[in-house]
Amino acid sequence: MTQHTRAKSDIFTPSGQLQFGVFFQGVNSGTIWKAPESGSQTDFESFRRIAQTAERGLFAAFFLGEGLRLREHLGRPHALDVVGRPDAQTMLAALAAVTRNIGLVATQNTTYNDPADLAHRLASLDLISGGRAAWNIVTTDNAWTGANFRRGGYLDHADRYRHAEAFVQTAKRIWDSWETAVGPARRVVHEGQHYTVDVTARLPRSAQYRPVLFQAGDSPEGRNFAARQADVIFSAHPKFDDAVEFRKDLVERSVAAGRGANAVQIMPASEFILAPTAEEALEKKEWVRSLQIGPQQAIAYLEQFWGRELSAYDPDGPLPEIDPVVEETSETRGSGFHGAKARQLADQWRAEAKDKGLSIRQFVTSKTARLDSTFTGSYTTVADQLAEYARVGAVDGFNISPWLIPTGLDDIVNHLVPELQERGVYPTEYRGTTLRERLGLETPVRTADQAAEAVQA
Amino acid sequence: MTSRTTTPGFLAIELDGAGWDGADITRAALAAESAGFHAATFTDAPAPGRANALQRAAFAGPVTQTIALVPEVDTVYTEPFHVSTQLASLDYVSGGRAGWIVTAAESPEAAAAVGRSSATGVALGQEAATSIEVSRRLWDSWEDGAVIRDVATGRYIDVDKLHYADYETPADFAGAGYSVKGPSIIPRPLQGQLPVLVPASLLGEVPVDAVDCVLVSAPTAELLAAEVRDVRARVGASVAVVAELDVVLDARGQAAAMRAAGLTASDGGRAAYAGTADGLTDFLADLLTEADGVRLHPASLFVDLEELGRLVLPELRRRGALRPVVQDGTFRDLLGLGRPASRYATAAAASAANGK
Repeated sequence: MTQHTRAKSDIFTPSGQLQFGVFFQGVNSGTIWKAPESGSQTDFESFRRIAQTAERGLFAAFFLGEGLRLREHLGRPHALDVVGRPDAQTMLAALAAVTRNIGLVATQNTTYNDPADLAHRLASLDLISGGRAAWNIVTTDNAWTGANFRRGGYLDHADRYRHAEAFVQTAKRIWDSWETAVGPARRVVHEGQHYTVDVTARLPRSAQYRPVLFQAGDSPEGRNFAARQADVIFSAHPKFDDAVEFRKDLVERSVAAGRGANAVQIMPASEFILAPTAEEALEKKEWVRSLQIGPQQAIAYLEQFWGRELSAYDPDGPLPEIDPVVEETSETRGSGFHGAKARQLADQWRAEAKDKGLSIRQFVTSKTARLDSTFTGSYTTVADQLAEYARVGAVDGFNISPWLIPTGLDDIVNHLVPELQERGVYPTEYRGTTLRERLGLETPVRTADQAAEAVQA
Repeated sequence: MTSRTTTPGFLAIELDGAGWDGADITRAALAAESAGFHAATFTDAPAPGRANALQRAAFAGPVTQTIALVPEVDTVYTEPFHVSTQLASLDYVSGGRAGWIVTAAESPEAAAAVGRSSATGVALGQEAATSIEVSRRLWDSWEDGAVIRDVATGRYIDVDKLHYADYETPADFAGAGYSVKGPSIIPRPLQGQLPVLVPASLLGEVPVDAVDCVLVSAPTAELLAAEVRDVRARVGASVAVVAELDVVLDARGQAAAMRAAGLTASDGGRAAYAGTADGLTDFLADLLTEADGVRLHPASLFVDLEELGRLVLPELRRRGALRPVVQDGTFRDLLGLGRPASRYATAAAASAANGK
């Protein structure tokens, strides 16, 4: 069952294997904070527990997200969801000390960092962890988040991927600039539209050459960016048919970008609600949903589209008959909702809720429950489902968001992983020592020409 | 032997030289802790092979129990918002043992790396001062107890306990002015405010009341005590004064002078001691009657650390010159600093908290 690094080819070959990552979200409505067993979102012990459980389950990666401004609701910080999380790289450096095998993935923004500084810090994490670091590349284009930064950071929406790509290319050149694994380094100079860099790297290449690159953009520009630059795409398409379609699309883009059909791996975001039997899993799901979307969250969800207070409305009653006060939706800033016409949306939602006989709470649950990304069922049926993904190569693995901290992986590691191992689609031991080796990714090759180009370009 | 009239002092050790490998960082941090040092510092001055200081400190967090972990973090070419959240995070992963040595990068190389023109003179102190102020505001921007997890009202946080920092650089700021909105993206650090350590050279532009510890250097060991007294006179009793000392000891059958000749010289500007462990013990015992603490920069980390732990610290402890190491204590505890209320806490909330 060894997964060999596959040679560059225009034909996609499924590995037949799955890898798991865990995404400790820290800011969202998906993490249940109301249950008695809900733990701290900031104590180191919560992070240690999740990372060590994941490692027991042979997970490839531990992910941390990043949000650089608190979400707001009607002009004040949003109060109803889990919020407030540590800096990703600082936390991962600490976790490197209490884990041995799992990859450590930091989400870091290209808009509010300098390439030389970020490349240095990621190289540090990679060396300190013995070649287990990865960077999940994100970009932001809004001045609202930029208000926390001296550089401000407003970018045209169309410009942000160009900026991100120049940033990533510069970072790669910095990581490539040590002539051999032990030096010496060559100077890297970049003069571009968005920034200027002139630096001599201080750190050598790591055991995995350089940090693995993850990317999560889903627009055509985002997909092309991933196809050109990333090693793994953290996709939003876990549903089987969508996943197959997404694979096909990404393979085309990756081949078009001059990389092999297997060059970019896919790990969709997902949630698992598991139990010994299907009935128990469904019961559990109801419990999970009721705690994810409480009555206040349901009202607040509508308020962000209505742009006005709706607290007088009964969460178990019908959608509000009054109209939104704004033309454009007043988003819960930072949550990523954009631009639907509020009035039109309200009419549409009222009709839909009436049609299906849904209360506010039921309706909002149906809108927010990530129906597509949740696997619900018995350990065996979900394992069968996942084995099919592996067989056709729909994905390379799943990036799992636990809905409970810090015990949310226990079920998966204790029950699902053994089922997958029995089916021959999940590792039975950690391979190699680096994240790149775990994932079966090729080690970048640095030719003499590239070496020269890396420095002069 | 001078009879002690002041409270016992503390000792810090610079762990540069451990490299980037996790096992070596662990080994150095544990050796420093078991030797009885109160604090470990991590230089971030750019040098080949030197990994990010804050990450090295974070790595040492879970593997140590009592020692304070104090990285250097630059203020000139960094984003104050990132600096603040990274340091707050270090406080979480170390269980409240984090501190911050404020630096202001002077080199043209540091400026060129991020495509900016280099800051000099007054501008350096201003960059440090504004970055400290941003961090301090952001650390306070979540009051204590802002995470309420109130199931009845469905509120995870109490929004009234979150505050915008609304920082703007002053009109006379020499660099490009900037603003920082806030609140922080992480709740208040475990210590409330991390201890802030500043080299004496930045005082002036950095106001004394922004500082918890001042790091004092002198050209020679003989001048160090006098320099400590001068700085003490400037900063008063509320700021801890820490003397900086390079150290090379007789070790492994080699005289200090011999060893010093074979080692690269320190980055300069610091007093140096070369000699026997006994001589150093006497020197430190005297110095600690003037200074609140001394930071040692060993010439060769693992070699000198071994001698310090074997011969110097036990004797200083026996003489009562060192503060006890406190189990589960914070860095603020070590410095004798209370846990401050958030500057944004309402008067009512503050008095309620004090009444507890």
